[in-house]
Amino acid sequence: MELPDEPTADIALTLNGEAIRARVPLRQNLVDWLRHGAGLTGSHVGCEHGVCGACHVQVDGVVVRGCLMLAVQADGAAVETIEGATSSGRIRALQDAFFNRAALQCGFCTPGMLLQAAELLERNPDPSRAEIREALSGNYCRCTGYHAIVDAVQAAAASLRA
Amino acid sequence: MKPARFDYARPETLSDALAILADGGAEASVLAGGQSLMPMLNLRMARPGMLVDINRIPGLDAIALADGVLSIGARARHAEVLASPLVRQAAPLLAQALHHVAHPAIRNRGTLGGSLALADPAAEMPACVTCLGATIVLASASGKRRVAAEKFFLGVYATAIEPGELILHVEIPAIRPGWTHAFQEVSRRHGDYAMAGLALALRRDGSRVAEARIALCGVESATRRQAEAEAALVSGGVGAACQMLGGLDAMGGDEVTAAHRIHLARVLLRRAVGTED
Repeated sequence: MELPDEPTADIALTLNGEAIRARVPLRQNLVDWLRHGAGLTGSHVGCEHGVCGACHVQVDGVVVRGCLMLAVQADGAAVETIEGATSSGRIRALQDAFFNRAALQCGFCTPGMLLQAAELLERNPDPSRAEIREALSGNYCRCTGYHAIVDAVQAAAASLRA
Repeated sequence: MKPARFDYARPETLSDALAILADGGAEASVLAGGQSLMPMLNLRMARPGMLVDINRIPGLDAIALADGVLSIGARARHAEVLASPLVRQAAPLLAQALHHVAHPAIRNRGTLGGSLALADPAAEMPACVTCLGATIVLASASGKRRVAAEKFFLGVYATAIEPGELILHVEIPAIRPGWTHAFQEVSRRHGDYAMAGLALALRRDGSRVAEARIALCGVESATRRQAEAEAALVSGGVGAACQMLGGLDAMGGDEVTAAHRIHLARVLLRRAVGTED
């Protein structure tokens, strides 16, 4: 992707609260640029066709697939990755619950799970287990079998309501 | 797995977009939500010469209800349509069906117009707009054109859209007093492609079905009004309508056979007739 004649575009965006400018290949997707261009490797690349959810990032306040959006489309947007969500503390309760409930093993899916679960809890502070499963239906985990993840989201919701 | 090279245009106005599409011809692809186009680019199943990104054009995502017509802009995201009180009020079928459309992160980005333009036979939105008698409003550099949903879906990934045309918005007649809507679907996992789905609009006279509109997804290669089953439902009840569904031209396949899709369509019709909202 770094070929000398690769067509590029200049973008300016807010990334984890910081204004930055970058030159990106037109065909580079957002998650590849975040990892290779911005050096933020917390967003993971799994299937690259919108199935697994490992690449989830937040763009202008909503969670999206980082592999199904071009980096050039983030021009002018506010992007938050798992790094930003972690340092701001806004997903602390979920992270604690995932740790306490052993809701991860290899951790590959965890950043995407956390961002999607955070969006659910913002919209619905007291979700049922079925609602949690529906919200996370687009996030694949190949280790845990999901039960511990659903437990953790429920536990985080309870701690946030307390 | 990275896309092949393409030119990229991000027009700020509709007229600029239509001019670019007119110049680009068949080489140009519209990029709206990208939730189907981007996978096809990543897999290099699609290699358009140019992407025309319509995400900066103002007003293409408006949702409005006036004079008994619900108008939904082509770039309205699935999540916005799902959350819209106007949609719940005027077209509860869409809100029911959207729960089955992929997953939250896809719905945050994917658009109604994109789903209609793609015309995946398993997709829910084409069946819904067909069931509800919607009109699809298209624009090109030479003007606007209106196409009834019933004449819009022509086959697998095939629609009435001509090169250079863009969907502007969809007009859906608002639900009328006495009518109810139901959407039912079977898929392997939540958010997976439908093995079969059924959209139903119904008016009852007492306990008797007086009028019915039915469209399917995931069964035939292009969604359409199921006129024979609708007439049978009114004249002979759900058993007669299920009988008529035996005549469906169902898609086959190693995983889900045509006979199984017809079986599922019957199951879904029985469920839907019991659960309209």
